[in-house]
Parts: sequence; structure tokens; C-alpha cells
Amino acid sequence: MRTLSRPSDHYDSDARVVNPTLGVVGWLRWFWRQLTSMRTALLLLLLLAIAAVPGSLFPQRSSDPNGVTQYFRDHADTAPTLDKFQLFDVYSSVWFSAIYLLLFISLIGCVIPRTKHHIVALRTPPPATPANLSRLPAFVSATLKGVTAEEVLESARKALKGQRYRVVRYDRDGAITVSAERGYARETGNLIFHFALVGVLITVGFGSGFGFAGQRVIVEGQAFTNTLLAYDSFNPGRFFQASTLVPYTITLDKFTAKYEETNKQAIGQPVDFTADVTTQMKGEAPQQTTIKVNDPLRIGGTDVYLLGNGYAPQVTIRNAKGEVIFTDIIPFLPQDKNLTSLGVVKIPDGLAKQIGLIGFFYPTVSQGHSGASFSIYPDTIDPQLTFDAYQGDLGLDAGVPRSVYALDTGNMTKIAGRNSPNGALEMRPGETVQLPNGLGSVTFDGVKRFASLDIHRDPTQGWVLFFALASLGGLLISLFIPRRRMWVSVTQKTKGSVTVECAGLARGDDPTLEGAVAALEQSIERDLGLTRD
Amino acid sequence: MTDVLSQYSVLALYSAMAIYAIAFVLFTLDLAGVLPKFPKLARIAMSLTVLGWILEVSADVMRGIAAARVPWANMYEFAMTGTSVMVGVFLLVNIKWDLRFLGAFMTGFVLLLLGLAATRYYVEVVPLPPALQSYWLVIHVFVATLATGFFALGFALSLTQLLQASRESAVENKTKTRLGFLSRLPDSVTLENYAYRIIIIGFVLWTFTLIAGAIWAEKAWGRYWGWDTKEVWTFIIWTIYAGYIHARSTRGWRGSRSAWLAIVGFSAVMFNFTVVNIFFKGLHAYSGL
Repeated sequence: MRTLSRPSDHYDSDARVVNPTLGVVGWLRWFWRQLTSMRTALLLLLLLAIAAVPGSLFPQRSSDPNGVTQYFRDHADTAPTLDKFQLFDVYSSVWFSAIYLLLFISLIGCVIPRTKHHIVALRTPPPATPANLSRLPAFVSATLKGVTAEEVLESARKALKGQRYRVVRYDRDGAITVSAERGYARETGNLIFHFALVGVLITVGFGSGFGFAGQRVIVEGQAFTNTLLAYDSFNPGRFFQASTLVPYTITLDKFTAKYEETNKQAIGQPVDFTADVTTQMKGEAPQQTTIKVNDPLRIGGTDVYLLGNGYAPQVTIRNAKGEVIFTDIIPFLPQDKNLTSLGVVKIPDGLAKQIGLIGFFYPTVSQGHSGASFSIYPDTIDPQLTFDAYQGDLGLDAGVPRSVYALDTGNMTKIAGRNSPNGALEMRPGETVQLPNGLGSVTFDGVKRFASLDIHRDPTQGWVLFFALASLGGLLISLFIPRRRMWVSVTQKTKGSVTVECAGLARGDDPTLEGAVAALEQSIERDLGLTRD
Repeated sequence: MTDVLSQYSVLALYSAMAIYAIAFVLFTLDLAGVLPKFPKLARIAMSLTVLGWILEVSADVMRGIAAARVPWANMYEFAMTGTSVMVGVFLLVNIKWDLRFLGAFMTGFVLLLLGLAATRYYVEVVPLPPALQSYWLVIHVFVATLATGFFALGFALSLTQLLQASRESAVENKTKTRLGFLSRLPDSVTLENYAYRIIIIGFVLWTFTLIAGAIWAEKAWGRYWGWDTKEVWTFIIWTIYAGYIHARSTRGWRGSRSAWLAIVGFSAVMFNFTVVNIFFKGLHAYSGL
């Protein structure tokens, strides 16, 4: 059954030893045959599985950049060596890429000749009936009385047609026969599966380059306009162009977090996060909608995800004369599941000295034995804001970019806080405390919620899904549709009886072949109205 | 209501385990062939397995009702649903082929997993965190569990295939073997064909799991693939089983060598379910314990 082109070491193909002819072309051909052989493909497949393992053992820059930083800190001696072998970038590493690229070249090299052969096979009628059907893997024969050979063959033809076989008649001395084949879809499905995988690889590889991923924190009442400058962080793909950003606006009207209150095993566990937002496309009427975890907002070709939330205390600072020199709502970063949150306020101008404040916000404050405060519940039942105050040089004038979430206290002195004679500045909402040394005052006006939004655009992810589903469909067809050939041979005997022989041959794994051959013979008898003696 | 139901669930689970334990003993005695006077041992063990399975499924359903959600949102529940599915697949396939000789392995393995889950990873019913509130939890995780059920049976068949092949070669070479008790089982080629047919079903389900997981990841985390540890291992398992399917078509790899791949594949599935869930850091972590 050589209608399919398989690699030379496919168990179904001829076991010919292929000797390379001498010369460059011969060797190249030999190398190509090695690369596209089943054994090499299998080896590369298993190598790929092994090569993927280190990516789960070491933190990866792509998925866990903080983990990588931590690893460098904890294993300062080994980390640089590991980094040299790209063990923190496994999935974009040279060696990982080499394996999957070779695998895909091997795959393409295998699949293209098979496609050619398959197209030919689709147009080729089933081959002539073999002389000796009883030698085939599935065979039954029966002697029928009171019918003519032509009637029997016609019945067989009808039955095979009914099962969507392609049927051709071949007659020879003394016997009339049909040859039938079905299940071409098995190979079609197999080829679709492999081509679809190539499709996945290409769309994943190139597609992501056209999109971007950006993050933005918005406090309740604030708005975000989709322009490059409005993002807190922005990672464009290689081919991204800023002109593709659609200038829509998202306003965070309200953020609601619900926590478990009744189940004693899970008090304080979040049960729902909802961001109520108003969106507006340029020149259109505003629309109200919600963004939830697992329920992103699709707008202007982008997807907007709710990936985080926290508290943003509003703080007002006045100078010694009582004049407001600073007022802002500052997002604090959550530090634990009860949302003890950390934030920084920098006052470069307006006071006698440069002041930096490191603040902790506790939605429901409690104190441990050591005197340290912490939050015991993530909702604002008993909120408190505390500040450690530093005076000195904020380092903002040096022109070095500084994070808004960190304070470099290297050139500063602590004037209030734990382990300082003045103690920390502690405020409930609405309270005001004085800064030490008569510098001024700090007021905790109140607290709002912020939502941290991830905004993504990946114009090819629909194609990735298409190819992934195509590969699944191809896989189903290629594994579960049997490819088989059936032959029926009818011989006229003397005394008005005929002998019918049915035989079948499968390509690949086919557990139901024998049953199908027996069923065919029985359906012929049934069709002719015969019963067995 | 929640408390009462989840207590009944625990009770039903322990009863199921007790019955599986008896079935395990009977299956083992039957397999060893030490009690030739009792030819009905396997049949009784099979009936007990069905009974144990009904109890386990009711334990699982009660847990789900108690929690007002699907019963697969933490390790304990995964173990309960996963082993129910394993036994379910085993019973289902037995309607078609007589695989009672795997009864000892299946009940023993399920008992081990349930024992670990019930003693080490039991947690009270808690609500779902927002990240898991999605219909994809129903689809993605259940299909993954179903795939695991088929892979488990495929593993058992491949393991038996290897032992059988070793016995067959011992018989051929007229050397001594301690695997004589396997002579009543199907030959290694038949076992290999069974294993293959079971594993390709698992592979299709696993492929679906991978795609469904990517769709959910896109909705929940904003990207369909990010090489999270669990994603990595799902990919590794897919690749190993893809290797298994190809190995069966490669001269020199058919037979015992491909059977080894099925065994490595299922070991990776178990590693993914246990070690990766418990010890590895990643986005799937909160769904673990």
C-alpha cells in the first residue's frame, strides 16, 4: 500500500537501507533525509520536552522578573553562569529556539511530500483487486444460493457506496470484483494537524510583534486616555506603531471589592472585584460598563483587564503658616492579603527642608506584641495611615529617574517614625498631625480605591486560536477516522450458487476492521433477502 | 447546610475508600492466582469497585453542592474528582474490554491518592477567588481531569505491557521468570494496542485542555500563553505524549520503547498535579491548596 509517502523509518514503509551517493548533493540529500526521518523528529520532540523543564525550575524574565532579581540576590555566585546559558530566558534562548526550529523544519520536510502524494492519491482510483483475498488481514467468504453473481456484486457496491467508499469495478477471469477505499480524511486530518501547528508557530512568533502591553493605575474619579504618555509602563512589540492607538477614554467611576464575611474558614477572602467605568470613543456618546477579573473590556482594538487594586489615601500638606503646599491622592502598593499598603510622598518644595514620607495604610489596623501595626481585614473597617518622615536631600535634582514608589533615604535623616524620638505620624481619616521641627502639618483627608488596569493589543491572537482549533480538528480526524480498503469478489459456481469473498486492509491503527468486513458480508445477504442455513 | 453536607461528603469518601480497599485486596488475590478455588474473586472485586465509585461520586457531588460550585477548586477536590474520573474511565472501558486485571493497580493507586489528599490536603469549603470565577473552570479543569483519567489507564496498560513483554521474552529464551501470573493476561501486542487507543483519547482531551487553558488565560490574565510553570508542564506532557504517538509509528520504537514514553508521560502528569502545584511558584498556585 504505497500510496502515502512516509519517512523511510516509518514502521509502515519499506525497510530499504539508503546509501548516500558520494558528493555534496548526495550528502545534503542524506542529511535532509536524516532530518526529516521519524527518528529525528521523535528525538527533537523529546528534546523539546526536556529543554522546557529548566524554565519551570528557574524564574523567567518573561513571567517573573522579580523572581530573577531575587535569584541574583540569593545566588550571587551561580546566577551569572546560569544567565550565560540563558536559563532565565529559556523560551527565547538559542538552544530552545534551535530545537523547535529544527523540529518544525523536520516537520515541514516530512509533510510537504506527503501532501503531494495525498493529492495524487485523492485522484487515483482504488487499486485492482488482489488475486488472493484470503491472505489479507480481514477476510470472510460465503456461498450464496438462488442469486446471480451480478446481483451480489451490485448489492456489495451499494453497501460500500452507502458507507461512503469510493468504489471501482474490476473483472477478471471467472470472477467479478469491486475494489473500494475510504477514509482519505485520515491523512487529510493528519496533514491539517501538522500544518496548523506551523500556523500556530508563525502567528505566535510574528503576531505578538504588532501589539503592545501597557499598565495604568487609575484612582476612583480619575480618567485614562489611551495615548502613549498616559501609561505607567508600556511594552511595545517589535513592529508596533503608536499611530495604531485608538484615543478612547476610560473613567473609573467606582471600584467595589467584596470580601467573605460569613464563612469562618475564609473571612476576608476576596469574592468579587468590580470596576464600574465610563468609556468614551472619540466623537461618540459615553457608555457605562464594568470590568471584572475574568471579564475584560474590549474597546478600540484593545483588551482592558482588571489585574490589581488597592488603596489611594488623599494627603494634604501645609507649611508652618498653614498654606496648602501639596494635596494629592496617592496609590499605595498592597503588601499582603489584608492590604497593608505602602506608599511614598515626596515634598521637594514649599517647606523649609525637603521632606520624604514613607507611609503605611492599614484598612483595618491592629497592633502586634512588638508594637508594629498591621492590617487584619482588607476592607476599611478601622483605617489608619502612618508616616515615617525624613528630611534632607530627596535626590530629585540630580536628573536621575526615581521611582514614585520608593524613597532613597541615603542622604536623609529620620525625623519621625519608629525608633525615632518623635514616633510615627498616625492619622485616622480627617485627622491632621504636625510635622516635627515646626515644619508644617499633614492631613489624611480620606481614602479611595484604585484599580490597576492592563491594556493589551494582540491583533493576531484570533489567528493563533484559529490554527490551534484547526490542529485539534485535524487531530480528531486523523486519529479516529479509519482508512481502509475493501474488496468483494464474486464467483459463479455450478448449480446456481455463487461464492462471495470480502476482504479488508487498514492503514494505521484500525481496531474495527474485522467487524467491518463481517458486517459488509452480512449486509449483502440481508440486502438480497437471504438467510443463513 | 454547607457544614452538614460537607461532613456527609467526607463520610461518603471514607466509606468509598474502605470499599476500594477491600476491592484492592480481592483484585490482588485474583491477579496472584493464589486462591484457585474462588474463581469469582475478580467479579466480586469489580462489583465492589462500582459500589465504591458510586459512593465516591456522591461524596464529590455533595462537596460541590456544599460549596455551591464545581468540586475542583483545590488539591483535595482535584484528588477526589480526579480519582472518581479515573475509576469511572476504568469501569467504562471495562464494558468494552475485560481489563479487570488492572483492578488491583487502579484501586490501589486511587486509594493512595485519596489517602494523601484526605489526610494532608483536606480544606474546609471556601468561596472561589475572583480569578477562578469563570465557566472555564468548569470546562478546562474537567477536561484536564478526564484526560488524566485516560492517561492513568494508559499508564497501567503500558506498564502491564512491559511486564508481559519481559515474561514473553523469558518464555522464548526458556529462562526463569517470576511473572508467570501474567500468562492469563492478554499478550503484549494486544496490551499495546489497548494502551494506544486509550492514550490517543487522553491526548485529544489534553490538546483541548491546553487550548481551553490558553483561552481562559487570555480572559483572566490578559495573555494566552506566558510560560507559567503550570503551562510549561502542560506543554511538556503534551510533547511527551505527542512523542509516544510518533514512537508507535517509528521502526525500532514500537513496542517497549514507546511504552516507556507512556510511563514517563503519566509520571509527568502526576508531577504536574502534585509537585508543581505544591512546590512551584506560579499563577496557578492559588488554585492549588
